[in-house]
This record gives sequence, C-alpha cells and structure tokens, in this order.
Amino acid sequence: MKGDKAVVDAMGNRWRTRTTLLPEAKLGDLVLIHAGFAISLVDEEEAKKTWQLIAEIDDFEETSNKVSG
Amino acid sequence: MLEKIYKAQSLMDAACKTLGRQINIMEVCGTHTVSIFRNGIRSTLPKQMKLLSGPGCPVCVTDQSYIDAVLALADCDDCLIATYGDMIRVPGRGGSLETKQSSANIKVVLSSEDALQLAKDNPKKIIVFVAVGFETTAPSTAVAVKEAAADSTDNFCILSGHKLVVPAMRALLSGKNHNIDAFLCPGHVSVVIGFGAFAEIVEHFGRPCVVAGFEPMQIIEGLSEISKQLTAGKAELKSIYTAVVTEKGNTTAQKIIAECFEPVDGYWRGLGKIEKSTLRLKEKYSRFDALKRFNITEEPHEDMSGCRCGEVLCGLIEPPECKLFAKSCTPQSPVGPCMVSSEGTCAAWFKYGRERKQN
Repeated sequence: MKGDKAVVDAMGNRWRTRTTLLPEAKLGDLVLIHAGFAISLVDEEEAKKTWQLIAEIDDFEETSNKVSG
Repeated sequence: MLEKIYKAQSLMDAACKTLGRQINIMEVCGTHTVSIFRNGIRSTLPKQMKLLSGPGCPVCVTDQSYIDAVLALADCDDCLIATYGDMIRVPGRGGSLETKQSSANIKVVLSSEDALQLAKDNPKKIIVFVAVGFETTAPSTAVAVKEAAADSTDNFCILSGHKLVVPAMRALLSGKNHNIDAFLCPGHVSVVIGFGAFAEIVEHFGRPCVVAGFEPMQIIEGLSEISKQLTAGKAELKSIYTAVVTEKGNTTAQKIIAECFEPVDGYWRGLGKIEKSTLRLKEKYSRFDALKRFNITEEPHEDMSGCRCGEVLCGLIEPPECKLFAKSCTPQSPVGPCMVSSEGTCAAWFKYGRERKQN
C-alpha cells in the first residue's frame, strides 16, 4: 500500500487497485474490488463461509462427475 | 448445503400455495441474472414462481441515443474513446465501436484511472470516457474527474450514462403493466448506497426487498426470505449479504458522487424518461462533460428495428418471445444490447436457457 494505491491478491492473481473510496482499508484487509477500486471491507468470517461453500460445491460437482462416469 | 436448499424449497412452495397464483420476483442486477442461469436455479423453483430479469445490466439500460453519440464521437479524429469492454459490441446506427474502421481511436479500459492515464499519455487527443454503470461504478468515475480537475488534465472528459437503481424500480412499479411481487435487490449497488435506500420501495409500494450476494446459496436464501414474507403477507426490507452490505453503505463513495454529480431526468432503454435517474456532472466540473464539450443533445432514439430489449428489461417478456432471439440476434451477431453484454438477459438465455424453452 502506498497512499491510496494498493496491490490486492485474488486467489493468487495480483491486481493494482485504489483505496480512494475505502480510506479505512489497511494492509492485510479483505476487500471487495469493483472497476479498479476497493469499495468495501469484507467480513472475514462471512468470507470464510463463502470459501467453504465454494469448496463444498466443488466437492459436490466432483462427486456427481464420478457417479455419472 | 442440501438441507438449506430443501428448506428454501418448502418456503417457496408455501408461498405459492398461500398466494394461489404465479409469483413474480424481479432480480434487479445482471450479475444475479447470470448466476441464476449458470447455477441452474430456475429449474429448482416451484412452477408458479417466476424470476423476471430487471433493468440491472448497465449496458442494456443505456438508451440508443447514448450509443449513437459514442459512435459519432468515435468518428472524430481528435477523439480517443476509452470504454469498458462490454460497450464495444453494442450496435448503433453506424455499426458498433468494434466494427468502426477508426478502431485506432477506441481503447478498452478496466477502470476510470486507465482512461485518465490515456489522457495524460495522449495530450493531443481528447479522451472521452464512456462512463456507464450504476452507483457501484459512478464513484470511480467521480474520482477520475476530480483528479483531472486537480492536475488540469483538460483533454479528459466523460460521457455520463451513470444511472440510479431506485428511480428505475419506482418507475417500474408506477407503470400500469408491471407484475412484480418482490425484488431481489442488487448486491454491489447496495454496497455503495446501503440497503436502507430500498426502504421507500417497501414503504410506498409494499413490495418485499431483499439484498443478496451472487453465490447460488445467497440467491436461494434471498428467494426463501422473500417467500417467507409473501406467505405472511408482509413486505420488509432485509439484507442477507452481510459480508459487505450495511444499512448506510459506503458513505465515502456517496459523498464523492454527490460532490461531482447531480441526478437529472434521463432516458432508459425500455423505461423511457425517468425523473432524476441519471447522473450528470455538476457545473463546477462541466468542462469535463462530453455533452457540453461536443454539444450533444439528449433526444431519445428508436431502438434497433424489431429489437424487444426494452420489454425484456421491464420483465414484460422473456427473450424467446422476441422474434429476433437466437435467429438474427445471437451473441456472435447481436442486434440488441441484452444479447451483447455478458450480464444481458438475452445472452444468459441464449447460453443457458434455450433447452428449457424447447421442453
């Protein structure tokens, strides 16, 4: 982070972003990015639930693929 | 996860049984539309529950006159058009930005900051930023305008097509033909405006408004919450997208919108003129307003011949009811904007929904 310029990590991809609209963002925060700008902090517990759900869906899809051959 | 889905299905069944008629729920966000199709959510709903896709795709709601103005500016040798990628294939009277021979004058950008940088890198050109989008995108345009003003980047200007969601919902409910029982409200617009902004829709029109995220379970839980309210005969405001949406929203973003823009009456595809629904630059930033710089008048233009995107956007017809759908209008050769944008209802139906129609 430098001024209102920051680099974010999105599942291994790095993006340049701006924190102009989210001045409270700190190094290490989870943020929601839209059109190059961070617009919201993301609640870590809620984000974990979403990641877990995505993992569950992946597991589910893998299972159904196995069943259907 | 399955337990939650079964519970949601029983709540939806109960709502259909209680009301004893078709229930129409409008999702007012293109990203919801795509997620609903991609995740096969429609096929899991009771037969009497219908999802209508509303005016939530920025490119789709943009009036034809705006598209034609952008195309005219693309023909000016002095201009460089900076646009988000999804505008590039929208057809107008003179083709689309993609088919323009002057394509050297057209640059796709990922943010307003990139557009401003283009202005700094090309001081002999006038950079016109094609500023479309709802309240989620408007603040980033405002940041670029403020920065252009601060460092006198006077060869930068914007053609503001930024639109406000709540006036469109109000206009839909004020129309005679609407058939909307409830709204699944947009997630990321709500990040900026706060879920409290939908209170007037609940209070004045008595329609449940539930803000949800874009993961499939968020959408299913949103529909489930709406069903609960409809069964109980209630209309309430609720957000289940608690990870990022608050009641008041992002006040920094709201302030920067208010500093640069003011709401004016504006034209929407399908909905016509809506009071105070479009953002225009305030007088103190008017030198960055492409409307003023190029003397562009805002008269509504007719949609492309035979195109029924307007009715699709109001939830009055489903895309297969349009004679052009999947015939002369396809994602490869689109006639209307709803087939162009990845968030467009027609594109989603083309990609995911056609088997359903044949059944």
